Amino acid sequence: MIFKTSEEIGGMGHSVKRKEDARFIRGQGNYVDDVRLRNMVYGHMVRSPYAHARINGINTAEALKVPGVLAVITGKDLAAAGLGWMPTLFHDKQMVLAQDKVLFQAQEVAFVVAEDRYSAADGAEAVEVDYEELPVLVDPHKALDPDAPILREDRDEKTNHIFHWEVGDREATDKLFNEAPVKAHLDAFFPRCHPAPLETCGCVADYNQATGHLTLWETSQAPHAHRTLFAIVAGLSENNIRIISPDIGGGFGNKVPIYPGYVCAVVASLTLGRPVKWIESRSENLQSTGFARDYHMSADIAADRDGKVKALRVKTLADHGAFNAAAQPTKFPAGLFSVCTGSYDFASALCEVDGVYTNKAPGGIAYRCSFRVTEAAYLIERAMDVLAGELKMDPAELRLKNFVSPDRFPYKSALGWTYDSGNYKGAMDLAMERIGYADLVKEREEKRKRGELMGIGISSFTEIVGAGPAHTFDIAGLKMFDSCEIRVHPTGKVIARLGTKSQGQGHETTFAQIIAQELGIPVAGITLEEGDTDTAPYGLGTYASRSTPVAGAATAMAARKIRAKAKKIAAHLLEVSEDDLEWEPGKFFVKGAPEKSKTIQDVAFAAYTNMPDGMEAGLEAVHYYDPPNLTFPFGTYICVVDIDKGTGEIKVRRFMAVDDCGNIINPMVVEGQIHGGLTEGLAIAFMQEISYDEAGNVQGGSFMDYLVPTAVETPVWETDKTCTPSPHHPFGAKGVGESPNVGSPAAFVNAVVDALSHLGVKHIDMPVTSWKVWKILKEKGVAD
Amino acid sequence: MTKELIHVKVNGVDRQAEIEPRLLLVHFIRDVLEMTGTHIGCDTTSCGACSVLLDGRPIKSCTLFAIQADGREIMTIEGVAQNGKLHPLQEGFHQEHGLQCGFCTPGMIVTSYALLQNNPHPTDEQIRHGISGNLCRCTGYQNIVKAVQHAAAKLAEGGQQ
Repeated sequence: MIFKTSEEIGGMGHSVKRKEDARFIRGQGNYVDDVRLRNMVYGHMVRSPYAHARINGINTAEALKVPGVLAVITGKDLAAAGLGWMPTLFHDKQMVLAQDKVLFQAQEVAFVVAEDRYSAADGAEAVEVDYEELPVLVDPHKALDPDAPILREDRDEKTNHIFHWEVGDREATDKLFNEAPVKAHLDAFFPRCHPAPLETCGCVADYNQATGHLTLWETSQAPHAHRTLFAIVAGLSENNIRIISPDIGGGFGNKVPIYPGYVCAVVASLTLGRPVKWIESRSENLQSTGFARDYHMSADIAADRDGKVKALRVKTLADHGAFNAAAQPTKFPAGLFSVCTGSYDFASALCEVDGVYTNKAPGGIAYRCSFRVTEAAYLIERAMDVLAGELKMDPAELRLKNFVSPDRFPYKSALGWTYDSGNYKGAMDLAMERIGYADLVKEREEKRKRGELMGIGISSFTEIVGAGPAHTFDIAGLKMFDSCEIRVHPTGKVIARLGTKSQGQGHETTFAQIIAQELGIPVAGITLEEGDTDTAPYGLGTYASRSTPVAGAATAMAARKIRAKAKKIAAHLLEVSEDDLEWEPGKFFVKGAPEKSKTIQDVAFAAYTNMPDGMEAGLEAVHYYDPPNLTFPFGTYICVVDIDKGTGEIKVRRFMAVDDCGNIINPMVVEGQIHGGLTEGLAIAFMQEISYDEAGNVQGGSFMDYLVPTAVETPVWETDKTCTPSPHHPFGAKGVGESPNVGSPAAFVNAVVDALSHLGVKHIDMPVTSWKVWKILKEKGVAD
Repeated sequence: MTKELIHVKVNGVDRQAEIEPRLLLVHFIRDVLEMTGTHIGCDTTSCGACSVLLDGRPIKSCTLFAIQADGREIMTIEGVAQNGKLHPLQEGFHQEHGLQCGFCTPGMIVTSYALLQNNPHPTDEQIRHGISGNLCRCTGYQNIVKAVQHAAAKLAEGGQQ
């Protein structure tokens, strides 16, 4: 039961306007490129034009003659300092600067430092690299061919195969498939895409040669983990490293890894004793930093004739590029992809993933999703539509027949996850009612008779977020807890610090609301800080929708520790025993005598001025929260599209998103997250792909080619919600930021395929462009 | 490289500086004038994070040399609020949750400012076209449209402009 607080307190459920807005609307945000230090110099990266080439030599002499150029750092220099390679976040290593060869286009080759940005760029132009081209491998399907070039000559294993991972019961799954009268098969490619936050990655490294202290302003979603890794890899004393993540202009997973540019800026600052700024260009961001997806998947479903699903088989070839730089928990090579049974009650399943190297940028990061959940949700939601097609059954009916029913929770999935809570039918019913599903189906049939193309797409996804329980989840060995420290000042005002880092999610407001809820202190009197490793408690950071499930829980738990101490103080002030006190947000009162009360502000003052004998002064607490399980947000999205037969143009006429993320802290912020995530999903479904030509040239390396939807292409989103609290979370929340990006791609594609299904179309790979659709219309003879 | 002296009026204040002719206007604003509200989000004139008004018209300051602004007037996000009072657009973005990470916000506000000057009563559709040169990765634009409508309504009530 959650107390409803007053608007002034602004606890859970209030659409409190955001505190962080005040600086952003005035142009007073402090992003990393806004950091300007005395004597600061600039770094510029020299990058490879080739996807695979031997480096026979690097001549820096001409670059060093460019006015303003101070230094050129090469891979050899770094190797001499023991920094030629760095560990990735997933059981691999990555060249910081290439030494003997390059493995992808735009790979980092040398770092030029100069007095200003332009001189640094001039210097980079003047670096001469002698490349000898090598055979390029871009198709992951050919990575294991006997004649495929071995890309990673540094490894002992002379193969492009990185890992094989499987989970599930092969025998039981095979048996169900042998018995099943109905089978559906889908091959689906989830293209390589990029989070493309509007602010690129960058840093300012400031090493003080006198004190040995390094301050690193960095676009990092995980500043504490970065500090520890810098300490271990660079051999710096961890107390001498301070990482500050200032305001971040969007992250979406792109800003979790450590990139070579950061390391080079640090090395340059160590060498020169001056602050060094390095800021990526957009092309550098798209071409070299953490991409997402690139999963070549297949799904098979075995079912009864009446549409009851029995078993699921999933097989995936994962293209990891040149280095396995997936940022995900160390025990999960394919992240949480095994949530691919989705919202459906499969008796058995088998999920296999093989990862391979290619001559492409490294990554495999969790782009606005909890470690490969988007791939999983897309696959199962598309495959359910294929099955519906085989059965000639309405996709909504098929889903309703197979949902895990509410009485089955906590539900153990066939691939081993324990879903905390859910009511999938509830979300589906609401979405169908809100969009008028039955009428839309009628309309589609009528239009089809007239030769018009209209489609309805459904996605009833289940997510898995909030990593995670420390016994199972760690990143680079660091357990995935998170933290909050709360200090209540004598006048009852608060500063709180967390181990997470907002990149637009509004933590300064929403986490203050959690404290307001727990302590009854008005949200206006609560300051929230994140991102400074010198002041914030250690945490694993913000990604994978883990902030609310983990750090949000830590915040509530720390506040509850404070309330427990406050109760002792209140009992002392009121001269009663603690057992005689009751709490409502903002005050303790004596049972049966509500006029005898002490506010939280009275208690805070007493904590410093009039505490009971023997009690420590102060009113502070810190909590490191280790969640007992993950949380499983879910929802149903329904999309309606109309297709122009002359051009293949797809118009999203309506999109209804019903989300269930448990109890909500700030409805306004949640709705904003859903709008944004749906827009990113729209882009992935219809526009975006980082593809490569045969020579390994990036085809989506700028915003001219890698399209971000404008306000014109973006439809008006309709949203609604159901509420099924998480039973294990301190205030029943589940996390929401990623649901729309996870759940929506399948709804878009399902809608387009539905519009063309009567022509025999069963699947179209993303991005579903007008060109692809027009070609199909032409081939089927229905194009105008 | 030889430097040229330019004079520019920025947010009503005369500024002059000696600059390299190749200096981009956005770097002049950010690095020379040290006004960092104007951002850089791409290299291809696609994103609009660097939008400022040049003689009242929205332009992308990453695609103009500073020297091309010689003798002209520039308005940046820092010039939108007057005498410490927020412009209705700034209020609108806050009230309607028209921003998340805030990186596109200055460009959005500046572009919307010019939009409302030319068309004080825009339809939602006209707003969407008006800001189509400004990319946002966070909001999905829906609340930005509301924010601009909020400002249009406030301005129509006889607020400032």
